[in-house]
Amino acid sequence: MNEEITAELFAHLVELAALELQESEAAYLRGQLNKQLEIIHELEAIDLPEDTPITSHGVPYSPAISPPPREDAARPYPGPERILAQAPQSEDGYYRVPDIPHTDLA
Amino acid sequence: MQLCDLTAHEIVERLRRGETSAEAVLDSVLARIAQVEGRAPRTAPYPPSAEEQAEDRRHVHAYISLQAERARERARSIDQARARDEALGPLAGVPLAVKDIFCVEGTPSTAASRMLEHFVAPYSATSVTRLEAAGAVVLGKVNLDEFTYGSSNESSAFQPPVGNPWDPSRVPGGSSGGSAAAVAAGEAVLSIGTDTAGSIRQPAAFCGVVGLKPTYGRVSRYGLIAFASSIDCVGPLTRDVTDSALMLGAMAGADPQDGTAASVPVPDYQAELEAGVRGMRIGLSPDYFRIQYPDAKTGELREQEIDPQVKAAVLDAAQRLAGAGAEIVENVPMPNTRYGIPAYFVVARVEAASNLHRYDGVKYGHRTARPMADLRAMYRASRGEAFGVQPKLRILMGMYVSAAQYEKHYYQRALRVRTLIRGDFEAAFDPAGLHRLDALLAATTPTTAFELGALYGDSVLMQYADLLTVPADHAGVPALSIPAGLDRGGMPIGIQFMARDFDEARLFRLGRAYEMSTAAEAWRSARPKVLGGG
Repeated sequence: MNEEITAELFAHLVELAALELQESEAAYLRGQLNKQLEIIHELEAIDLPEDTPITSHGVPYSPAISPPPREDAARPYPGPERILAQAPQSEDGYYRVPDIPHTDLA
Repeated sequence: MQLCDLTAHEIVERLRRGETSAEAVLDSVLARIAQVEGRAPRTAPYPPSAEEQAEDRRHVHAYISLQAERARERARSIDQARARDEALGPLAGVPLAVKDIFCVEGTPSTAASRMLEHFVAPYSATSVTRLEAAGAVVLGKVNLDEFTYGSSNESSAFQPPVGNPWDPSRVPGGSSGGSAAAVAAGEAVLSIGTDTAGSIRQPAAFCGVVGLKPTYGRVSRYGLIAFASSIDCVGPLTRDVTDSALMLGAMAGADPQDGTAASVPVPDYQAELEAGVRGMRIGLSPDYFRIQYPDAKTGELREQEIDPQVKAAVLDAAQRLAGAGAEIVENVPMPNTRYGIPAYFVVARVEAASNLHRYDGVKYGHRTARPMADLRAMYRASRGEAFGVQPKLRILMGMYVSAAQYEKHYYQRALRVRTLIRGDFEAAFDPAGLHRLDALLAATTPTTAFELGALYGDSVLMQYADLLTVPADHAGVPALSIPAGLDRGGMPIGIQFMARDFDEARLFRLGRAYEMSTAAEAWRSARPKVLGGG
């Protein structure tokens, strides 16, 4: 198995992704990433001219079919307390979170 | 035949003639749910025991949550409106199952994830609001792969998994598997789903129902929990093509809440439904019959034919349409079809990773119960506990292929390959081109529904279940999957038509013409196993 995603690189991705993994889960996920990359490498077989444009969505959004930008308008939500009630922890109308880590600039 | 087995247009007709009531229709669907559904899916560890699993594999398990009382209030208000001789909407009294990836105000909206297990949507998706305005009665929320990430429904955090009504030991497909299964089993008459790589069409094919992936931008995505925002399409799963046209007509059109909902007028899809196919040019491509995909045993990529029974259904459909006056154009090259899955592995992962960053355990969703020293540790613990392996896999791949040092090699290249895939369709549909197609006809899936557990865990083989559906998603073009018979094992076969941007009306005409040409076929009256057939 090609080890493009090494254990070190995998640990870095897990950190970037803000995930905490069980050991068995990590082994499975790293194996699957490497398997998927073998398929992704099929894309390298394509003779792709440098000037090929990118497609960010299939349908071209011409001005004729694009809705005009709408006015910015404030529309208060009728029950903000219902939204706040979804928070795992809130207090006096604020969201509560654990301490935010600080890095002192030298 | 019970009320719950009728199509939406038949129900509305009967309602208008005063032959039934919305409440009677609702009762019929609720009775069917009680008959075939089995125990309600939960997030508890699964399976509890081999015996219970064997029992589960005789039921459908389509619904994550039912809102029977809400549905009854709606049905009663429709019956009262009819009693007052008020005009009824085009979907009046028709029971609708909503894939649990849409927000419906005041209902749990889980995305089949522990992350949103207790989330109650504060607003409704535009598409759902429009269907309700047309008279549809929302019954509840149906199961899916977690955050739509899968092609079998097995990745849902809510287990038991959905069983295919034609054989509950097989998958219903995914990710809109609960939608397709509910419609096939009479547990709903209509369902609303989403298609990013084939998530409407593949389950529709597996469960023997009609599934439409509209053009990207045809239906608003407002209120849809996002997966890949440049590809996600909202569309109907129905029993027949007429219902698909009715439902799209009720949902489609511009929406001030979604800047990608195109301002293209919505035609009257019913008007030309039976206008026939005379003179239409319908293409067949060898690149949809023989294609590179992984060997089921070794995992090696190799050229393989699709299932010969599925291929035969496509060729039979072409013959029938030719008999109805269409012109069949063979050997249309679609050479980039084979790159659909590799490109999707990159594009969809980058967008999924981006969209999943909002789940942080702060404003809504799961937060770890363990005390955490700081915010970052809380993020990691909450996301680690609540995301299943499929979201985690997508986040990690998305982080990798979009990282600054690899992005040009992977993400930029995949977006350029997407241009080539779109180019295949533009060339085939070009009115001044060699083939000048009105539509392309192909199998929806390379095989019929596979067994539960057969692919789950192998993320590559699972993704390849979408290899014939994903090109239309990359290209943004509309595609309609319709039932086209049963294989020797009695499992449904699906075929699909693909057409130019915003040409859904043509897809409906084609689908309806095929339905009329097969109306007398024996398979049309076959019933799913959970309803005593098979």
